[in-house]
Amino acid sequence: MEKQSVPRLRVNNLFIHDVGPVSLDVEKGECVGLSGASGSGKSLFLRAIADIEPHGGTICLDGTEQALIPAPAWRRQVGLLPAESRWWSDTVGDHFSTSAAGGFNRLGFDAGILTWPVSRLSSGERQRLALLRLMENQPYLLLLDEPTANLDEENSAKVEELIRSYREETGAAVVWVGHQRAQLYRVASRFFAMDSGRMIGDGGAP
Amino acid sequence: MTSETIFLTPTDLSLAALLVIALALVSRRMKLGLAGQILMAAFRTTVQLCLVGLVLKVVFASIHPFLVASMAVVMLVAAAREVMARQKRRFVGWWGFGMGAVSMFVSSFAVTTFALAAIIGVDPWYTPQYAIPLLGMMLGNTMTGISLGLDRLTESAWERRSTIEGRLMLGHTWSEAIGEIRRTSVRSAMIPTINSMAAAGLVSLPGMMTGQILAGNPPLEAVKYQILIMFIISAGTGFGALIAVWTGARRLFDDRHRLRLDRLKTSGQ
Repeated sequence: MEKQSVPRLRVNNLFIHDVGPVSLDVEKGECVGLSGASGSGKSLFLRAIADIEPHGGTICLDGTEQALIPAPAWRRQVGLLPAESRWWSDTVGDHFSTSAAGGFNRLGFDAGILTWPVSRLSSGERQRLALLRLMENQPYLLLLDEPTANLDEENSAKVEELIRSYREETGAAVVWVGHQRAQLYRVASRFFAMDSGRMIGDGGAP
Repeated sequence: MTSETIFLTPTDLSLAALLVIALALVSRRMKLGLAGQILMAAFRTTVQLCLVGLVLKVVFASIHPFLVASMAVVMLVAAAREVMARQKRRFVGWWGFGMGAVSMFVSSFAVTTFALAAIIGVDPWYTPQYAIPLLGMMLGNTMTGISLGLDRLTESAWERRSTIEGRLMLGHTWSEAIGEIRRTSVRSAMIPTINSMAAAGLVSLPGMMTGQILAGNPPLEAVKYQILIMFIISAGTGFGALIAVWTGARRLFDDRHRLRLDRLKTSGQ
């Protein structure tokens, strides 16, 4: 009955290390931009939402509290893309469970990329592939930590477009951490900044 | 064929000690920084073995289960401390000690009891002349295996923490995220014993067998005991390392599948 009023993500009084208290709601299909100097706590904030580190406060996804969902399932629904991607096997294909060819095309790869050794990838290729790898889980919420930091303009645009259409098609919400104002303006509809562990701003222009 | 046992005199041992002192002098000249350690270790060997000889004399004299048990406990505690001391990054609190102690207890004691009761068949099974040396050899080897395994586990988890967390972020379980490291850790714990089984007789004459032969026992009897020892040492080390590494890997994560390196501390802190 009150379905409309339950946000996709609700963060209430979150504490992690020196960060907090932070509260934030993100609606379905919404993209929130988050900026701030390095060390201000943005990445910790994302880590807490993905439940990768112990933290205080409550975090709910579609009204269900974090603790009620087994951790691996939670992290498949709340996909965190770290600033630096990690690879544990030799070839790209080992890191994917399916060959989601559609996604590969949209970020400028052909399906042959799956046979490539990871060591041959450039940092930009790694970043784009890490995003595709994460999106295989079809997360309801994407937490993106500077997802285009290593990309040229053309590839940045492709990533922005992929995220936008995924958001519109599935109603997924996005928290986009970035440094470029122009980009945050393009991708997000509300903006916040972190400063020494506090969330500042009212959602208006960064 | 009576090869009389030649008893060693203190003078004989002093001659051997001269070799160690020579080694210490050379390493001092070459600035290896080991001279003190060599002398200290040699000193400890002498004192500890003499003491244990005295204790064994008492324990052997009376087949009392309580005496044997207390001796076994002392040995276990010493081994568990040694396991802890050999870790570069060890688990904080009781886990650091307990993990080694429990896994050694389960594997060494179980295997030794089995060997005593079912294989050798001494009566009573805790006859100290058999029980103590067997347990000592078991503990010494499982200790090495378990410390190798745990050290490799914690060190690799530390080095590859971002990769482990990267997998957790993708929704992998803790077990999937640490699986490869866990396997290589158990392997590195087991490989030395497997290698020593493979090389025994060809490359090296195992110490226990050599000792028996030197003490005047027929070689084939010594060989049979050595084979038995090799088998139970391999089993004990293998199972002990499995238990320790599996428990350790579990302890590196909490129930929310988070990598908890805060449960480790660098030794010396």
